Amino acid sequence: MRTNFLAGMLLLTAAATVACRQDMHDQPKYIPLRGTEFFADGRSARPLIEGTVARGHLDDDASYYTARGSDGKFVAEFPFPVTKPVIERGQERFNIYCAPCHDSLGSGNGRIVRRGFRHPPTYHIDRLRQAPAGYLYDVISKGFGAMPDYAAQIEPRDRWAIVSYIRALQLSQNTSIMDVPADAMSVLDQEGGQ
Amino acid sequence: MAQIFPKSANAIARMSVYGAIFVLAFVGWAFDALNRSSYNTRAFMAREQPIPFSHAHHVGGLGLDCRYCHTSVESSSFANVPPTKTCMNCHSQIWSTSPMLEPVRASYRTGQSIPWTRVHDLPDFVYFNHSIHVSKGVGCESCHGRVDKMPLTWAVSTLQMDWCLDCHRNPAKILRPQEYITTMGYQPQGDQQELGRRLMAENHIQDTRVLTSCSTCHR
Ligand code: HEC
Ligand code: HEC
Ligand code: HEC
Ligand code: HEC
Ligand code: HEC
Ligand code: HEC
Repeated sequence: MRTNFLAGMLLLTAAATVACRQDMHDQPKYIPLRGTEFFADGRSARPLIEGTVARGHLDDDASYYTARGSDGKFVAEFPFPVTKPVIERGQERFNIYCAPCHDSLGSGNGRIVRRGFRHPPTYHIDRLRQAPAGYLYDVISKGFGAMPDYAAQIEPRDRWAIVSYIRALQLSQNTSIMDVPADAMSVLDQEGGQ
Repeated sequence: MAQIFPKSANAIARMSVYGAIFVLAFVGWAFDALNRSSYNTRAFMAREQPIPFSHAHHVGGLGLDCRYCHTSVESSSFANVPPTKTCMNCHSQIWSTSPMLEPVRASYRTGQSIPWTRVHDLPDFVYFNHSIHVSKGVGCESCHGRVDKMPLTWAVSTLQMDWCLDCHRNPAKILRPQEYITTMGYQPQGDQQELGRRLMAENHIQDTRVLTSCSTCHR
């Protein structure tokens, strides 16, 4: 009788204490996005002290990171060879970050513009076709007029990839039938009529 | 003194021993159901947010890609909630006088963070990493559901261990090509089993034994 009672009490106690303590669920450590009461602004992720250089971010290659040559002018050349994967990466990033306003062809009629954002110029004007690649990089990094900057959202390498894709867009919207190579022309002739 | 219980009461006593099995089983079942219910896990429950931010408007309506705001999801363990600057990219001009967006503008002026309420929160003893899932062909939709239809954000899973394991035992059933990672309402072209098997090989998905071993998630 007595042992039964004891066992019953033990079971009850066990049932009552289970899953009450959450110490291991909420450990006193800082994980991304978790706030803190220690600092007045409530952020556990602290702003960098001025002049801090993160490992691998010396960024001393000015023509790569600021797109300006030693003479202070925008560079016209890409800092790395533009290959198909680079342009494809640029296309993907362009569609994520730029197409909402500039639309996927770069003519400037994106959905945000249709909801009332300032209308950007189309990319297919001579001024922007002739602008050096470095200028386009600079617009992404610093913004331009009403356009916000994308420095925090897009890595430098992806910015260059986007510029390469803008170049591809500009080419694609500014060609005539005469630019088609002769051997491809016959294919067009056959299939174009259908 | 007369007997309180007649002899036939013995049968009832025997019956109740037998019945106790069912009572115990029911208690066990009820406990488990409660444990998995959204009352406990808060799945499918929208949270009150300081600003009524709507994925339905921004993703479903405007067609924004998840990565426009959750920029770190492909490259780090956690998906960042966008800083105020990202909202101001558009809301410097759109609805720029709306009182609904006053907390965003106040945050931009003062530099104070917007105190978003967390929707998903794994216990700290679990290791989770977004970038591995996203870069191996697990779409946002597979874990977060149709975010583009959520006026306020809620979770669509219990976030319990069996949910992770259920997929880790057979990821082939949900893998999708890389270009559809953030697509909502994705339908596989052709046979999912075949596609899944091909992507398992292409993405070098590890053996089930590795993916279900305790130290993968409890490290
Ligand atoms: C929120 C909407 C928006 C987004 C997103 C956006 N832009 Fe713009 N962009 C504009 C507006 C508006 C202008 C015109 C600014 C002005 O004239 O004041 C503009 C202008 C430009 C120009 C022309 C500058 C000139 O000299 O006229 C370039 C180049 C450009 N954007 C590139 C980009 C690239 C690359 C991206 C993606 C990384 C991007 N934009 C994303 C709104 C946007
Ligand atoms: C315009 C910016 C924006 C876009 C685009 C966006 N989100 Fe969000 N997302 C937010 C903000 C702000 C929050 C925090 C408020 C909330 O939880 O609703 C959030 C929260 C979330 C959460 C919950 C986070 C938590 O607290 O656990 C998930 C999951 C999520 N987003 C997934 C997605 C997915 C998937 C997509 C693409 C289909 C997407 N988001 C697109 C801004 C955005
Ligand atoms: C790419 C542009 C863009 C970004 C970035 C953006 N919004 Fe919006 N937002 C819009 C547009 C456009 C509307 C108007 C929607 C409509 O007309 O359907 C809107 C509407 C809203 C509304 C009004 C209510 C509603 O749901 O329609 C709120 C609140 C809002 N946004 C909050 C935010 C917050 C918070 C962020 C930052 C996490 C953010 N937005 C980022 C473009 C943007
Ligand atoms: C394998 C399942 C899975 C996939 C795929 C996935 N998520 Fe998550 N997500 C989670 C889990 C689990 C959490 C909770 C993490 C935690 O509490 O530490 C989470 C949390 C989040 C958060 C809150 C912030 C954080 O990291 O804790 C956001 C925002 C988010 N996810 C967005 C996305 C977006 C955008 C995508 C697609 C690019 C995506 N997720 C793909 C499972 C997933
Ligand atoms: C919808 C499917 C799915 C869900 C749900 C899911 N995972 Fe995964 N997970 C995967 C796939 C696919 C991989 C990639 C495996 C590989 O690369 O071999 C992976 C990989 C991982 C890895 C890295 C393994 C390694 O060491 O290489 C961790 C850690 C992980 N998952 C944790 C979790 C946790 C924790 C949860 C639950 C909160 C979860 N996962 C839910 C599909 C999923
Ligand atoms: C795919 C990832 C994954 C793997 C593999 C995994 N776990 Fe878990 N485990 C989780 C998650 C997520 C939780 C949190 C569940 C919750 O919040 O209810 C958890 C919770 C637990 C808990 C419960 C703690 C509590 O307080 O509720 C125990 C115990 C545990 N795991 C042990 C194990 C053991 C033992 C193994 C190996 C056989 C294992 N886990 C393998 C993801 C995993």
